[in-house]
Amino acid sequence: MCGICGCSNPTGKFSPISSKADLLTMPHHAPEQHSPAEKARLIEVEDDLLGKNNAYAAENRAYFEKNNIFVLNLVSSPGAGKTTLLVETIKALKDKFPIAVIEGDQQTEHDADRIRATGIRALQINTGRMCHLDAHGIGHAVQSLGIEKNSFLAIENVGNLVCPSSFDLGEAHKVVVLSVTEGEDKPLKYPDMFHAADLMILNKIDLLPYVDFDVERCEEFARRVNPKIQILKLSATKSDNFSSWTDWLTSKIKP
Amino acid sequence: MHELSLLENVRTILEEHAKNQNFERVEEVTLAIGALSCVEVEALKFAFQSVMKNSLAENATLHFKTIEGQGRCQHCEKLTRMEMLYDVCQHCGHSRVDVISGLEMKITELKVS
Repeated sequence: MCGICGCSNPTGKFSPISSKADLLTMPHHAPEQHSPAEKARLIEVEDDLLGKNNAYAAENRAYFEKNNIFVLNLVSSPGAGKTTLLVETIKALKDKFPIAVIEGDQQTEHDADRIRATGIRALQINTGRMCHLDAHGIGHAVQSLGIEKNSFLAIENVGNLVCPSSFDLGEAHKVVVLSVTEGEDKPLKYPDMFHAADLMILNKIDLLPYVDFDVERCEEFARRVNPKIQILKLSATKSDNFSSWTDWLTSKIKP
Repeated sequence: MHELSLLENVRTILEEHAKNQNFERVEEVTLAIGALSCVEVEALKFAFQSVMKNSLAENATLHFKTIEGQGRCQHCEKLTRMEMLYDVCQHCGHSRVDVISGLEMKITELKVS
């Protein structure tokens, strides 16, 4: 590429002008002869479309690490049981370490109200038309919540198995919640989310006798998309194997 | 429809380059999109003009390059081509493959004036 005017031919042999005869006779690089179209130049860049979000996420992560705040980003399709899982988690662990919650939904304060009923501070972000939380919004939410040092922060993302997978919030881990009332092939249908998550919680296992859900196939699908994913199987409402989750969480949090 | 957010990021990036590299108009934008990335090219095309309206890239043409998906098999350790995140190794058929490339989403080239 030409370094003077940015046209694509540094030798001048093939400058973008009208005829082949012109090409041979016209001197190259007389700026006054360039039409507006000829002034166009090519620039090579390398900009990640998520670069801005990733920079905010890195700031959040540095803040969390500095203040020893363990942060999880909970994702799932609507109705998989994220809020119930959180309510039960808070009841089980709130005496062990401080807990705060950021709730993301397109509309309403319903989920934050359910969390507040446990006596824990919760902030609701209504994303409006947006289908995911982003790191910039989380930065502001963290400031207004005033989260204590040495604590656990749960971010419940918008119920959506697609968009939140791309947006790092600065969390330690993404946790994907899947319930047995959904299809066992969700990991293959929405592979981005299961690829992005470090832990999958298979929820509502108390309903397994009543639904046609092959747990082994589901686990295989999840591991095919993400060979490193950890999997816990539990019921948040009936407490089945719930301690596997509270043990996992407790092992990660060092007050 | 996170493609809207991504395109809003594109617009912001273009505005920053215009300031730093001294141009007023963007005529063409080339995006390189990984074959395994969580983005729908058709949705980007669909929303591009409306997001760029009244910006320096109004009426700009959008081009795409595809970055191939590639992984390394945990079993035979060979590199294998991936079109989906759940593809098995093309050499030995093993289902545990770690992604190496193909998740990228970036702007690679601009034609500006």
